[in-house]
Amino acid sequence: MTAPTVPTTPRATGRGWLRPALRSRRFAAGLALLAVFVLTAALGPWLVGDPNAFTTDLGQAPSGAHWLGTTQTGQDVLAQLVVSARGTLLIGAASALIATVVSVVVGIGGGFLGGLADEALSLISNVFLVIPGLPLVIVVSAYVKGGGAWSTILVIALTSWAASARVLRAQTLSLRSRDYVLAARVYGEKRWRIVLVEILPNELAIIVSQFIFAVIFAILTQAGLAFLGLADPSHLTWGTMLYFAQNAEALTSGAWWWFIPPGLCIAALGTALSLISFGLDEVLDPRLRVRKVSA
Amino acid sequence: MTALDVQDLTVDFAQRGRVPFRAVDRVSFSLHAGRTLALVGESGSGKSTVVRALSRLVAPTAGEVRLGGARRTRGKEYRRAVQMVFQDPFASLNPAHTVGHHLIRPLLVGGRARRGADAEEKARELLRSVNLTPADDMAHKRPHELSGGQRQRVAIARALAPGPEVLLADEPVSMLDVSIRLEILGLLDRLKDERGLALLYVTHDLATARHFASEVMVMYRGEIVERGPSDEVILAPRHPYTQTLAAAAPSSAAGRERARAARAERLAARAGRDAERREAVVGDGCRFRPRCPYAMDVCTRRPPETEVGPGHRSLCWLRTDTNDSVVGFSA
Repeated sequence: MTAPTVPTTPRATGRGWLRPALRSRRFAAGLALLAVFVLTAALGPWLVGDPNAFTTDLGQAPSGAHWLGTTQTGQDVLAQLVVSARGTLLIGAASALIATVVSVVVGIGGGFLGGLADEALSLISNVFLVIPGLPLVIVVSAYVKGGGAWSTILVIALTSWAASARVLRAQTLSLRSRDYVLAARVYGEKRWRIVLVEILPNELAIIVSQFIFAVIFAILTQAGLAFLGLADPSHLTWGTMLYFAQNAEALTSGAWWWFIPPGLCIAALGTALSLISFGLDEVLDPRLRVRKVSA
Repeated sequence: MTALDVQDLTVDFAQRGRVPFRAVDRVSFSLHAGRTLALVGESGSGKSTVVRALSRLVAPTAGEVRLGGARRTRGKEYRRAVQMVFQDPFASLNPAHTVGHHLIRPLLVGGRARRGADAEEKARELLRSVNLTPADDMAHKRPHELSGGQRQRVAIARALAPGPEVLLADEPVSMLDVSIRLEILGLLDRLKDERGLALLYVTHDLATARHFASEVMVMYRGEIVERGPSDEVILAPRHPYTQTLAAAAPSSAAGRERARAARAERLAARAGRDAERREAVVGDGCRFRPRCPYAMDVCTRRPPETEVGPGHRSLCWLRTDTNDSVVGFSA
């Protein structure tokens, strides 16, 4: 036999992380659940009728015509739920994105630059950290009420970035004196490349998990704000649905089909995101990644 | 040809509420193309700080570094010409990137390759030059898939990528398995010959220092206490610190005999010396005084550098006995 045998050892590639990730049952279940919500939010609004259209069926229990019943004013609960999914996910994702970007810039920037810049950025994040979140959100959102969804998004982002920034700063302080970062300095790598290419990828697991939890936090905060009547009521979310249900005394009148679906959706979405985060923890660490491939 | 000339390199580290700590004190030496200079000393003697100051990771407090005669330590040219191999191959490679990335980036930063196929081919060449084959396969691996020896080869290849003239190797084999140390040192030695590198080999292993370096410097508490041709310094050490260091190293049977005799002599000298002198606090004088078996009154003053053989110098009062004028001169 002279033919060279081709080594069949599996090789970890940058793109091949999804398959081992799906072996994690938690990740797969979370992803499936999230996919349902995302698809509903993306396509659902075209499949259901106008959520604000009034019918003559007032406060009806679930039936063939209205799968999830109707509200006190005769609107279809299912249509509202589907349209609300879009609004809720949008607010959750957008404010988490803004919060994550701010925390990455402040945390990694401060940790890497050190000195006066670090002191200043640390001071700002400490101030935002000790400000009690929900009262500030309530005050600010009461002040900017009427600004629509964007004011809610900005208010939530403003109050949720500081803790992540501190974690990232600590991690960056540890990473920036690692030998591989020093080695990049020795061969003359530019500073922004050191931050983005040498340091950032090693914090990706933290950033992704922080982003996911920021989404959960944003959705819960938004639901809380809306429930208290501090969000724009014309922008349909699960929170505003609960607000209207509460105002119409759905709870005391026993109209369970009105308040249980949005509440359940919020809980299920939170569960899905948590499952994804736990599953990703196993996947984003390159060392754990390969153990999965060769297993 | 002198590749790198270091004059009176001094590094101080600020300490909160105290006088700065002097990690490197007026160290001078030069590195020559195609030759290896070994820097030996115990932990904390300042060896790594010398390397870090030369690779500009630490700013020196004072001193002059000349690269090929020009006094330029800032800018791209110095970055390219002076490269470093780190001690710990498990920490010096980025776990997030492939081996290829570790080689392509310095090639691109140094302008030695064009983006794309050219850089990849040059990276494969580097891998082959450090005996990591098949190069194609290696370039796609990540650090955690490699053994310690393979990682250190990658680190060496990365240091070679910018095309340096000076290579600083900070204890390049101390974290590796004993069985592959010689291979890595042999590789460094071969690369030095092939590429005409000026190699600074930092170690605490006298045996490899003698084998691979033509000259040896012995460092203690930030000072060079003895320097000279490697055989001279290690086989016939003249400074008490080097003698202790040589005696501590495991060696052959004949060496052991000699070491035993030397040890008996040192113990006798130590017994003959009163306790209070042993306790003496280091002020301006010889730094080795508190541990030195031969400590004398005169050691409270800084010893002069004395020629004790051809090209062999030692920083000790013991070796100035034959030359009274030196004693009087540096008082």
